[in-house]
Amino acid sequence: MLAWTIYLSFLGALASRLAPSKQAARILALLTALAGLALTIAAALHWQPGELLTVARVPWIPQLGIEYHLAADGISLTLLLLTGIAATAGILFSWNIENRTQEFFAFFLVLIGGVYGVFLAFDLFLLFVFYEIAIIPKYFLIAIWGSVPRDASGEKAGAQREYAAMKLALYSFAGSALVLAGMAATWSVSGGKSLSFDALTRYPFPVHFQMWAFPLVFLGFAVLAGMWPFHTWAPTGHAAAPTAASMLLAGVVMKLGAYGCLRVAMMLFPAGLGPWGFHFLGLGSWRDVFAVLAVIGIVYGASVALVQRDFKFVIGYSSVSHMGFVLLGLMTLTRIGLDGAVLQMFSHGVIAGLLFAVVGRMVYDRTHTRQLHELSPMRLAHYIPFAAVTFILAGMASIGLPGFSGFIAEFQVIVGTWRALPWMAIVAGIGILVGIAFTWRALTMAFFGEPVARSHEHALPPITLPEKIASLLLIATTLVVGLYPRVLTDLILPSLNSPLFEGLRKGAWR
Amino acid sequence: MITALTLLPVFGGFAVLLLARSRAAARILAVAVAVAALALAIFIWHSFNPSTPGMQFEQWHAWVPSLGIAYHVGVDGLGVLMLAVSAMVVLMSLAASWSNSNHGPVYFALVLFLEAGLFGTFTALNFIHWFIFWELSLIPAFFLVRLWGGQGRARAATQFFLYTMVGSIALLLSFLAIYLATSQPNAPGCFDFVQLAQLAHSGQLTTALAQNLHWGLSADTTGMLLFWAAFLGFAVKTAVVPFHTWVPAAYSEASSETTMLLTGAMSKMGVYGFLRILLPIFPQEMQRALTPLLWLAVATIVLPAFAAWVQRDLKRTFAYSSVNHLGYCVLGVCVAAKLAGSEIEKAAALTGVLLQIFSHALTASALFWFIALLERRTEGWRGIDEFGGLRRVVPVFSGLMGIAIFASLGLPGLNGFPGEFLIFKGAFPLAPWAASISVLGLLMTAIFLLTVIQKVFSGPVNPRWELLPDLTTAERLAFVPVIALMFLIGLYPQLITGMVHATVMQWVAGVRF
Amino acid sequence: MNAVSYLELLRLTLPEIALTVAALLLLTLDLTLLRPSPLARRFSVAAFIACAGCLAAIALVAASSATASLPDGMFVLTPLTHVVHIVLLVLALLTVLLSTATRFTDHVGEYIALILFATVAMMFLIATENLLLIFVALEFLSLSLYILTGFDKHSRQSAEGALKYFLFGGMSAGFLLFGMSLLYGLSGSIELPRIAAAVSGPSLDPLLLIAIVMVAIGFGFKVAAAPFHLWAPDAYQGAPTVSAGFIASSSKVASFFIFAQVVTLALLPAAGTAGYRGYTPGWVPVIAIIAALSMVLGNLAAIAQTSLRRLLAYSAIGHAGYMLIAFAAHTPESLSALLYYVITYALASLGAFGVLGALEAEGVDRIRDLAGLNRRAPGMAFCLLIFLLSLAGIPPLSGFFGKFFVFAAALHAEPHLSLLWLVLLAVAMSAVSLYYYLGVLKQVYVTEGPADAPPLRIAPPTRIGVWLLAALVVILGCAPSLLLNWFSIH
Repeated sequence: MLAWTIYLSFLGALASRLAPSKQAARILALLTALAGLALTIAAALHWQPGELLTVARVPWIPQLGIEYHLAADGISLTLLLLTGIAATAGILFSWNIENRTQEFFAFFLVLIGGVYGVFLAFDLFLLFVFYEIAIIPKYFLIAIWGSVPRDASGEKAGAQREYAAMKLALYSFAGSALVLAGMAATWSVSGGKSLSFDALTRYPFPVHFQMWAFPLVFLGFAVLAGMWPFHTWAPTGHAAAPTAASMLLAGVVMKLGAYGCLRVAMMLFPAGLGPWGFHFLGLGSWRDVFAVLAVIGIVYGASVALVQRDFKFVIGYSSVSHMGFVLLGLMTLTRIGLDGAVLQMFSHGVIAGLLFAVVGRMVYDRTHTRQLHELSPMRLAHYIPFAAVTFILAGMASIGLPGFSGFIAEFQVIVGTWRALPWMAIVAGIGILVGIAFTWRALTMAFFGEPVARSHEHALPPITLPEKIASLLLIATTLVVGLYPRVLTDLILPSLNSPLFEGLRKGAWR
Repeated sequence: MITALTLLPVFGGFAVLLLARSRAAARILAVAVAVAALALAIFIWHSFNPSTPGMQFEQWHAWVPSLGIAYHVGVDGLGVLMLAVSAMVVLMSLAASWSNSNHGPVYFALVLFLEAGLFGTFTALNFIHWFIFWELSLIPAFFLVRLWGGQGRARAATQFFLYTMVGSIALLLSFLAIYLATSQPNAPGCFDFVQLAQLAHSGQLTTALAQNLHWGLSADTTGMLLFWAAFLGFAVKTAVVPFHTWVPAAYSEASSETTMLLTGAMSKMGVYGFLRILLPIFPQEMQRALTPLLWLAVATIVLPAFAAWVQRDLKRTFAYSSVNHLGYCVLGVCVAAKLAGSEIEKAAALTGVLLQIFSHALTASALFWFIALLERRTEGWRGIDEFGGLRRVVPVFSGLMGIAIFASLGLPGLNGFPGEFLIFKGAFPLAPWAASISVLGLLMTAIFLLTVIQKVFSGPVNPRWELLPDLTTAERLAFVPVIALMFLIGLYPQLITGMVHATVMQWVAGVRF
Repeated sequence: MNAVSYLELLRLTLPEIALTVAALLLLTLDLTLLRPSPLARRFSVAAFIACAGCLAAIALVAASSATASLPDGMFVLTPLTHVVHIVLLVLALLTVLLSTATRFTDHVGEYIALILFATVAMMFLIATENLLLIFVALEFLSLSLYILTGFDKHSRQSAEGALKYFLFGGMSAGFLLFGMSLLYGLSGSIELPRIAAAVSGPSLDPLLLIAIVMVAIGFGFKVAAAPFHLWAPDAYQGAPTVSAGFIASSSKVASFFIFAQVVTLALLPAAGTAGYRGYTPGWVPVIAIIAALSMVLGNLAAIAQTSLRRLLAYSAIGHAGYMLIAFAAHTPESLSALLYYVITYALASLGAFGVLGALEAEGVDRIRDLAGLNRRAPGMAFCLLIFLLSLAGIPPLSGFFGKFFVFAAALHAEPHLSLLWLVLLAVAMSAVSLYYYLGVLKQVYVTEGPADAPPLRIAPPTRIGVWLLAALVVILGCAPSLLLNWFSIH
């Protein structure tokens, strides 16, 4: 049944494209997303701890031993849930799209279908296929429906959108090119018999091969996870994208990268994390290298977010910072750190979605500006209190206040880091402090500014019902996970104990 | 039972937000919820068995077992006292807002959320669980100050928030280290206050700190580091000098009803932290840091008293007075941590602290309530020098406020006296020098409070206020229980000391090795 | 010299004969009966006959699944050649379908007949292992293509393209002939397997190396690999659209196939390696260098193009580079990868030219002219999206699988992973290629065209042809086994 999340999304895309009216397209898209969400929830409820839920397994290209193999473990299910939620919320937040509505939802659903596919794929080749399917709709979503700052208009606006879209597409594609090379090498080294994960995890790859295949593949995926210094696509891309697309980009697509890092690079080439046997600049293994990059990303993203003038860029850079926690958690190689990393993927997906929804949909679509200094005199808290409250909650979740999902995730990452790489935990802690600062600054400037003159007393359109429903959905999700993290940790932890991660556990696991 | 108590204001808050269409409906609903909460708190007080130490009404549910996070609530004498205090202060504050037309449904909802945060903080026995409420109570408090304050509210709220946040993070880091030190490779660490207190008492915590944190520091240094980090968190909240500078700004810029909550209930969170966390979990560290701690306590008592004297704004005066009064609590806790010394003295000091908590909550809330009423009548005028002869214009108001002021300066027979007396009774033998200097604070308190009485109530009548209306019947009735309680505690402190005796003795035993 | 049974030859070449008959028939009809008819009618009739001929030929190929071999490798039929024959016929059929919309010439019969003749030439080219016949068939093919390129007599560009194509083609024929004669001189045989037997020695003869370089240059021109690519952009731009599509698809398939035949059958012992650390002289290093050059030059130059056809030409050079990687690996696996790649490339590329041809009436040449296409002809826009993304190598389109298969096979070739440097370069260049393909698609989908532009009317045969191609690209991408199964009989 779970496979239908993919098929339904593609069918829904087709249906939305051919829908006779805009409203029909919206409703079709919403139904598709809801169906996907329902399927995922049902699967998660029936999941037995530690089980690997095989959804489909048929030979696909027998000449190369490639199978159409869909399966889900707890980690996949966590991210599938995230996809379902983000998709539903995204569609609700795009309810007001009037330009080429049918096409918008078609591209949107193709993207969703690709994402579902990546999380379900259990064959490296298949995973890659879905991974790439997700790239192209992103480009068009941004290039056609993207938003740009108000001062840019006409030609210039188009150029900015296209620049951001192209940058994003090229970064993604460059990253996936590395993965492609790694995948071809993997296929060839493992004897060209199979690319299915269960076969590959059992294959004893030579250590020297893992030593270069791991960084190749990890880097390829980490580009999409926004790892510093390959993150620059993220803020521009997020800022230029239409609301729903930014929600998906930051919320789900960046998770594709992180998921790939874990599922492919780390699961298949655990020995690549081992020590080199020598030290260079104090770094003794790829693990050190990537951990340092992750930490730099955390602090750098937060610091840059602190000085942004564009509201959306603040959130864009905050995504870089928060994704740094995911990568750092992965590099801890501890149970708790990995658990935290996966949880952070989920949590950031929801929170970033919410933040982008407030900035892009609730604020920008009403005020047509994203400049903090222009928003400041509008005192938006008085005119759209719902947006203010939503942003406050999302901001609280984002800075890792206890009770929200962000806390439990970042906490676990920090604990794991503290055990494995103590100094990095301290630097990451500084990143959290800066994170509080920029969230605070954005909040007060955007919503609680002081009125300069009474010239901004124009009536803003009220918050619509779809916006409210979607916001509540996301807020409820982050609260539920924050207050009762076992809904997800019970999915994640048993999966980390599964035989698939045997190699990782044997290595530097602590 | 306790869970219900915490949830009640949460639901109440949402009900106010969603159901109440008008201010009138909102305030009725909010007060009803607060009354119900108070009734529930009194019921818990009543059902509490004062003769046994340890936690009662305990509830424990696994929450995130892999991280050692549990839903663990329970109250001992301290907890039950704090519940009563919070419920009382919140009700007083809501009553004070009754006729303040600025305060709409959102205000009432936030107050109720704050109450939930307080209840949660005072009952949680697992660090994470506790920390959630500790932080959550900050959010409504911030917005109460930020949205309904005076001219400088933005700055004040930000200062308030940042100070508390920095303290919280230090606290969090400290507990993270403890968690890591107590965790085994295959078992999660410990977040439970009760267990941690036992570990600390048996000395295992120190051993664990030395062994499991590979920081290259000695166990003593590590312990001190963690202690000071945690201390920072509570010192900011309690407003120990020099971390008090947010207090005058926040108290004076917030609306007086909000200040009632801040001083009456939220500042007690810090003292609660001293008693619940610092004293049981860091007893050795406290003993080693005793001298600097005592200096801080003394500074907190004396300096604000002088500062209050030179203020020309009633709210700022009482804000500094609040800092001063909580200084006695810090003094009491610190002397009790001394290794040597008679247990009776320690018990006296600690009992004094608990009495002081209750009595300061009562008095300070009452004082700011009076200021709220005054401000509403004078449309914001509250300078000490701007009044005069109010005794003749508004006799009832002046009389009642005079009682509260006397209670505040510790007149025997009123509620302020027994607490401060007991603290000094314990402090003099245990730390004579600190107690002696602190007496200066007592003196200054008397001076500045009497100055207030003199300038505001006596002297020639300021013609501007000749027509100031006196308290209405409803307001008089509202003050009846408050004033009655002041006398009751003053005359019959056993009402509280009886409740907390077993708990106090347990603490005293805890600092003995 | 063994005697050749002409009856046997006749039987084996039935498909070619059918095609020739169809070509002659339509030529005759067009020149006589249909002379006064309107252009559209003449095109429909001619296309109908040509299609019938192609279908008949396909049926004949499919029916005679026998393997056969005439003496001296003159005519060799294997299951693999059957597959390639069918592919070529299908491509020819689709080309004819697409050409019905063109109106630039009134020499309808000649145009369509030339397409068929070129196809016949390619079929012969595929089915021979004899150096002499290879050369003859190749020249027959080239001649047809030169004319097809210069067919638009009203266009100076067309003439210029044809002339360049002709001059470079002639030169390359010279190189090829020189190389072949050297091979003959070294081995004393013109039959590919025998040459292989003769040149297998412990060391590499310097003369053989010269022969290899000559042959490589000759074929390099044919497949438009850098640095022998100079004719391609002009020919693609100047030629009538459908001719360009034909050059980019069918002739690519045939040239690559025969190139592979020559180097793997005749020169296998002189392969050498192009490994990162284990370099041995032979033709593999030569090919590897040409491949690297083609990928870099083709893809980088494509970025700068403003004309869609020139862009496709440069991208074709880049694709030639990818395909040459499969040569460098020269395992059976990599050769079937090559075949898959070149076939799917031909489909996508013909499709792209088909869409261009449909827009020809609008004078679309620059990429900017495509603006707003999505609104004016959503179907064509979507097909163009599929073709270009397939060329860029985006799954699940067939171009992606081709790339993966080529890379994987190259890495799998012995010695292990020695071609990694080439694959990494290819992978990097394919990231570059996405940039310019997306640039085109941006015009199609993102940029708003003139607001009052009317919807485009696309002739039904063109529409059918383009949609068929798009469907093939998607289907072969989703189920590569369909094609791979045929190769594995080999």
